[in-house]
Amino acid sequence: MIQNIWLVPLFPLIGFLIAGLGRKQLGNAAGWIASAAVLASFIVSVMIFFEVSAEGFKSIDVHLYDFIKVGKLDIAFEFRVDQLSSLFLLIITGIGFLIHIYSIGYMKGDVGFGKYFAFLNLFIFSMLLLVLGSNFIIMFIGWEGVGLCSYLLIGFWYHKKEYSVAARKAFVMNRIGDLGFLIGMFLIFAKVGTLDFQTLETLSFKGVIAEPGYLTAIAFCFFVGAMGKSAQIPLFTWLPDAMAGPTPVSALIHAATMVTAGIYMITRAHFIFSFSETAQTFILIIGLTTALVSATIAIRQNDIKKVLAYSTVSQLGFMFMALGVGAYTTAVFHVLTHAFFKALLFLGSGSVIHAMSNEQDIRLMGGLKSKMPITHSTFLIGCLAIAGIPPLSGFFSKDEIMMNLFIHGTYGKVFWVLGMIAALLTAYYMFRLYFITFLGEFRGGDKLKSHLHESPALMTMPLIVLAILAAAGGFLGIPEVFAHDAHWLHNFLTPVIEKSLALEPTIHHLSHSAEYIMMAVAVSVAIIGILLAWGSYKKFDAKKENKGIEKFFEDKWHWDEAYENAFQKPFMKMSAFAEKNIERKGIDGGVNGIGKLVEFASDKLRLLQNGSVGVYLFLMVLGMILLFIIQLLSNG
Amino acid sequence: MGSELLVILLLLPIVGAFISFFLKGNSSWFVGVAFSTLTILVSLLAYKALPADGFLLYKQEWIPMIGANFNLSYHALAFLMCLLTGLVFLLSMIFVDVKNIENPSKFYGLMLLSQAGLLGVFLANDAFLFYIFWELALIPVYFLCSMYGGENRVKASFKFFIYTFVGSLLMLVGIIYIHQQGVTQNFSWEIFTATGNGLPLNEQIILFAMFFLAFAIKMPIFPFHTWQPDTYEQSATPVTIVLSAVMVKMGLFAVITWLLPVLQLAADYWQDAIMILSVISIVYASCMALVQTNVKRLVAYSSIAHIGLMCASLFSFPALGEEHMGASAVVLQMFNHGINILGLWLLVYVAEKRFGTQDLREMGGIAKVAPIFTTALVIISFANISLPLTNSFPAEFMMFTSLFTSGSQWAIGLTFFAGLGIIFGAIYTLRMIQQVAFGPANETKNNNFKDLDWSQTIVMAVIVSIILIVGFYPNIIFNLLNTMH
Repeated sequence: MIQNIWLVPLFPLIGFLIAGLGRKQLGNAAGWIASAAVLASFIVSVMIFFEVSAEGFKSIDVHLYDFIKVGKLDIAFEFRVDQLSSLFLLIITGIGFLIHIYSIGYMKGDVGFGKYFAFLNLFIFSMLLLVLGSNFIIMFIGWEGVGLCSYLLIGFWYHKKEYSVAARKAFVMNRIGDLGFLIGMFLIFAKVGTLDFQTLETLSFKGVIAEPGYLTAIAFCFFVGAMGKSAQIPLFTWLPDAMAGPTPVSALIHAATMVTAGIYMITRAHFIFSFSETAQTFILIIGLTTALVSATIAIRQNDIKKVLAYSTVSQLGFMFMALGVGAYTTAVFHVLTHAFFKALLFLGSGSVIHAMSNEQDIRLMGGLKSKMPITHSTFLIGCLAIAGIPPLSGFFSKDEIMMNLFIHGTYGKVFWVLGMIAALLTAYYMFRLYFITFLGEFRGGDKLKSHLHESPALMTMPLIVLAILAAAGGFLGIPEVFAHDAHWLHNFLTPVIEKSLALEPTIHHLSHSAEYIMMAVAVSVAIIGILLAWGSYKKFDAKKENKGIEKFFEDKWHWDEAYENAFQKPFMKMSAFAEKNIERKGIDGGVNGIGKLVEFASDKLRLLQNGSVGVYLFLMVLGMILLFIIQLLSNG
Repeated sequence: MGSELLVILLLLPIVGAFISFFLKGNSSWFVGVAFSTLTILVSLLAYKALPADGFLLYKQEWIPMIGANFNLSYHALAFLMCLLTGLVFLLSMIFVDVKNIENPSKFYGLMLLSQAGLLGVFLANDAFLFYIFWELALIPVYFLCSMYGGENRVKASFKFFIYTFVGSLLMLVGIIYIHQQGVTQNFSWEIFTATGNGLPLNEQIILFAMFFLAFAIKMPIFPFHTWQPDTYEQSATPVTIVLSAVMVKMGLFAVITWLLPVLQLAADYWQDAIMILSVISIVYASCMALVQTNVKRLVAYSSIAHIGLMCASLFSFPALGEEHMGASAVVLQMFNHGINILGLWLLVYVAEKRFGTQDLREMGGIAKVAPIFTTALVIISFANISLPLTNSFPAEFMMFTSLFTSGSQWAIGLTFFAGLGIIFGAIYTLRMIQQVAFGPANETKNNNFKDLDWSQTIVMAVIVSIILIVGFYPNIIFNLLNTMH
């Protein structure tokens, strides 16, 4: 089956074409066709997964065709099948399928139903290219492709202007990151003339890519790309705005898959990052800062999706912390568990929003527990998982990140403490959300109340499946302290990053008792977070205004305003100024001014029949002088 | 048979033009379409007839007294340009309904004449002949500009004419000078090249500047560009298409065939200055595009930014003997840019016609009533900003790589600033999509917006197919080009 790996992205591509071109004729069938396409990919992915899991499997590059082959540039359209990519195939197609099914229920009756599923399938296709590419170019194709789909789906309800603006913001911020990605590729190509992962890994571990400084530059550039895609400070403000899209999109793209592309890319390019301690430390600090800042914002948001969005940004920060200390498998572990519980939480919020007739303000909710039992219980599982309550999945992956921070270098313990604070905030904001939404009395008025209902089975079934995964997913990575060599995920992924692991100096493991103590601390922190939330929100006062620092959190630290004032406004002003003064008055005005002058002179002297000829000649000469001046400057 | 095909290729549009002039009414539309189709067919035939070394040559003495020859040369690059020319003329003629054209016999006649001039530029293998065609292409377009279009068209087209004419004059002086220095005083490409390269550096430097100015005005490169937004804004859209999809490529084509090979020493000398100027062009034009409210001016500035990258890449040649990746990329991008901007202009044409304005602020809200229009607009716009799996991504990637690896001391800075063009491009292009198609529907105005009709849909389907085929499999073009070596 591995040689037929191209089937995996092919199905959603076909689904995209059918759903897109036949969206008028197909009606509701478009949703089922699109879902079937993803299911087909999932089945093939499972088959491939079993082949990859077999004893002694070595990674395989499946060559499809020559993408660009001209001179020394040789870029193949090639897929890389190994443990890492096959795991991501399962996440993307598996969760993708559940969300497709859910969407059939959620998007029912929307005028853009067929278009929605076409875009969703196109997204799956792009995401699959991203993880399958065997070189940076193919990865980049998927990388920008998912950005396109994200743009299309955020702005799906395009008649609202602010949604279009949010879509544009997402795309542009991602493009800023993409420029970093591109320059990273140029840096590599300039040095070694290839972008193929396999070759680069070999070259890198032979120490021939470049001196450490150069590698650090490469790593920085790629990390800028990751910041954009995975919404890290300073390129994170697009993700909360991206909640303008339909909620299942938020679950699939802006929580489970696309935003984790940065983590995937860094893991894939471990042979670069492992060689630059500077870059790793930078990643660690950015991840930690992002985790803390966005967690503080999340505790004071009143839009159910905004809370989850900032939570996603924060959780992505946790993943980058793991990457910052070189714990690649731990980062991927958290990607996996986060995909389960965050997809669950988003779909749960979608179910709530569905029942609330598209109202997203939690101040108008409350007491939904009795009206929506399945949504409630699955959402609660999601909250417990993300808060890190054992034995749910989030506990295992987060604990592993914390453990890795703790043993990391001189400042490891400081990072650990800060990470714990972020974990405390996580438990707090999630249960604040839970208490306000599901407990207490309904505050949305009688009209909304009469509407409240549990969502149809199409929507609750995916919730149940995800709830099971979110609850049990942690057992894929049982820590050493519980059972020897039982960390399945670590063992599975080791072949991919073997060489980077070998670089680490002998890892000084903590004693078992120390590990138990830290786990106890982590669980206590989570419980304290929950209790604090209970203390504040068991009785919720919807009218209470936030003041001081709380208001500052609610206003999202004013990041958006700061960007607007620091970049957007001055830049547009500058351009408008240049267009008025340089373009029109300067260059063009100069032409006309000299034109008048020459006209005047020629009128007297009758040297030229038409003044303008002289003008343009004069301008040419000016241009030539300019050329010479630049030449002189650039040679000097 | 073989090289005669080139003469036929040249004569076809001229014959068509004369037929069209003598016809009355809408029938000249058929002539235009038929002869443009024939152009495509013959250029394909001639490609089939290419000999193993990749050059199909036609040689004929012309004015022996001054050493001018009617020499034509056909190779993969010329083929690609001829194909593009044929496609652009054909598709725009099909798309734009003849009913909207005043005095069609004159219009299609002039269009075919300019087509002949363009083909001549791409085929000429003799400096004198090249110059003749260079001017010949300009004159019918000048008439088209001044007869069809907006209120200020006469002023704008005069400006355009003078600009390019001054450039041409400089080039003519240069051509004559090189010709005079030769031992055998012949204009044929081979002798002309040998003579040019035999000149001392200081003479080459000045000659290079004269030639480059002529080409830079055509492209155009900052600060020789101010004719372009005005002309694009004022001209009728089919004329704008000829200008921006094909004519601006003359400048780049000429750099590849008539400048870099002829004055090699000076090319090295000027390399950095021209790369810097081109990158300034990218950033400057992108900034201008950001603040435009007129859709045609926005597309014009976007085009200047694109051309800037191509020019920079063309001059980012590596050390001697190494493969110039940038040149291959530019050839691909010349084709892509032609196709993409053709698509954009056609959609702008529809938008302008239906909305009755070029002002972006007065458009919008039509995505629902005009889904085909909107889909085409989104795809072509994303091709315009080089999204992967569209045609311009591989070209742009290679151009940047070439710029970065050029060995210039400025390489990193130039790549970075040129890269800003990627970000700005996304900003103004997405803004354009949003303002043209999305946003709230205005009951009275937008709901009457008619979607593309079937012939327009077919044209868009062809353009989108080319974008995606080249995007998925760019090597299809490089395989064509490989016959060059």
